[in-house]
Amino acid sequence: MRSEAQKNILDSLPKEDLLSSGVDLSEKGRAATFVQVDERPSLFRSMFQGIELIPTEEALNRYPQYKKFFGMAFTAVGEDFPRDTQGGFFLVIKKGAKVTLPVQVCLFLKKKSFSQKVHNIILVEEGAQAYVINGCASDKAATDAFHLGISEYIVMRNGYLNFTMIHSWNDSMVVRPKSIAVVEEGGTFVSNYVSLKPVKEVVMYPTCVLKGRKARASFSSIILGHKGCLQDVGSRVILAAPDTSAEIVSRTVSMGGKIIARGHLYAKTPGVRAHLECQGLIVSEQGTIHAIPELQTDYRDVDLSHEAAIGKISKEEIEYLASRGIEEKVARSLIIRGFMDTDILGLPDELREQIEELKERLTEQAM
Amino acid sequence: MARLEIHNLSVGVGSRRILSDIELSIGEGRVFVLFGPNGSGKSTLLKAIMGISGYDILSGEIIFEDRVINGLSVDERARLGISMMFQHPPGVRGVKLSQVARILCEDEEKINKYVQLLNLGYLFDRDLNVDFSGGEMKRVELLQIILMQPKLILLDEPESGVDIENISIMGRVLDEYLRESGASCFVITHTGYIIEYIEATDGCLMLDGNLYCVGNPHKLFETIRDYGYEKCKECTVRHAE
Ligand SMILES: Nc1ncnc2c1ncn2[C@@H]1O[C@H](COP(=O)(O)OP(=O)(O)OP(=O)(O)O)[C@@H](O)[C@H]1O
Ligand SMILES: [Mg+2]
Repeated sequence: MRSEAQKNILDSLPKEDLLSSGVDLSEKGRAATFVQVDERPSLFRSMFQGIELIPTEEALNRYPQYKKFFGMAFTAVGEDFPRDTQGGFFLVIKKGAKVTLPVQVCLFLKKKSFSQKVHNIILVEEGAQAYVINGCASDKAATDAFHLGISEYIVMRNGYLNFTMIHSWNDSMVVRPKSIAVVEEGGTFVSNYVSLKPVKEVVMYPTCVLKGRKARASFSSIILGHKGCLQDVGSRVILAAPDTSAEIVSRTVSMGGKIIARGHLYAKTPGVRAHLECQGLIVSEQGTIHAIPELQTDYRDVDLSHEAAIGKISKEEIEYLASRGIEEKVARSLIIRGFMDTDILGLPDELREQIEELKERLTEQAM
Repeated sequence: MARLEIHNLSVGVGSRRILSDIELSIGEGRVFVLFGPNGSGKSTLLKAIMGISGYDILSGEIIFEDRVINGLSVDERARLGISMMFQHPPGVRGVKLSQVARILCEDEEKINKYVQLLNLGYLFDRDLNVDFSGGEMKRVELLQIILMQPKLILLDEPESGVDIENISIMGRVLDEYLRESGASCFVITHTGYIIEYIEATDGCLMLDGNLYCVGNPHKLFETIRDYGYEKCKECTVRHAE
């Protein structure tokens, strides 16, 4: 049950904004929920036995066996990480648990000029399976705020993690997610990123290390760049074990913002296969897209490939739709929405519909 | 005044003049058939009426229902009730036929009816015109046109690339619409197949950017078939004198 205090906090959150970041406070069709407002985890609970979802500090205090996972992913890539974090969620999907309903976690910013710094950990134990929706949103009043998200994802043997991050910030937010995933033998990590609303600045380069044989990773991103925004977003996969494979796909649309679409595939062992695809669409004269696909290998026996293309909306297509009586701005919005194809993401139906609605609203507004 | 009036119309593409001094008047419910050899300017005339960019009006007027539409955009003309079948419609990636159909028509039952009639169920959720076959594109064009409920239909070789069975299906759908709506139609055909299904009332001939003769479309078609375009023109010129 929710306490009175919890209710008050949840009632004060803008439900519509949260829905557009995939978070449903009615918790209908969700397996577990975690909500953090500013520095405070306000609500966390699991409706499933195989799921533990609690604040990170609490998990580390309560369960000594989980201590070793704190910082583990960063150590795997030889990177350091900030320690001055407050809150964040610790999610464990227990060995063999297969959870088909999504787990939702929400990081929300409410206070003006506040710096939210969280450390999140997801542990998918052997043979377990989970869908996670991570909605990040902020109140209109939270101007000039900052979000730092340290995230570590560990997918153990034959585990499956489908992780969807939806950014729904405001246009004065500066955001720095730092995520590292480590996937063991036979495990799969699917990462989806959706950013449709204006945000001042996002810089992120999530990395996935495929550490065990036959591990797989798939990154898909849909990014809409509004005027005055900077989105420097990439995905990196390090293929460090034989028979691993990866795919990175991004669809970026600039309606006036600056987008840097990076991608990096690094083969650290022979016998791996990976593909990188960046597609960009420039809609406004002021917009810029810089696609930087990188392939790197230390061995000859690898199969790495990339495709990158940036284009504009074809005038012929607009005119064709116009000949059907469809106004130019509606025609453009239709084409842009089609380009940001949510079918590339492996999303649950309901969430897909929410994202479609949001796409429609935002692209037509911006025309 | 007739539904569509064209006076003294000259159209250029780039620096080249394609059409010269076209005079034409299409009344309510009339079905005009436009014959003429390849490259004579038939599609150009239809595109100029639709307002397609690149087809510049050098002089003259296009009047639709008493209103000069020279300066109107393509979508404005479409909303007035003009609808054109493209000879080569572009593929629109990411936009499904079903999406466009639902924008054009709110009546889901009606959409269903025509999707079934035109045998388009299997294309309904595909991207519009992307990798459609020639015949599929024509049926999809006709579907969109019917859903728009236009007052003037411009058809650019509706039968080209369509198999015999589908021509007859398209012909019947079109015929029914024209009868029920009283819409006017301006149709380009080389083979004449389409006018076996719709009641053509008038025929005209385009030669080298000039429009000749308005007369019985079936006679005109026979003359062209038996004697060729040039002879047809001579005849009409003589008639005119
Ligand atoms: N967009 C364009 N750019 C350059 N030339 C064009 C363009 N459109 C038409 N033309 C030229 O104008 C002339 C008339 O073309 P149009 O397409 O109107 O012919 P048509 O009578 O429809 O021929 P067909 O029977 O082959 O369809 C041709 O010489 C063609 O090459
Ligand atoms: Mg033509």
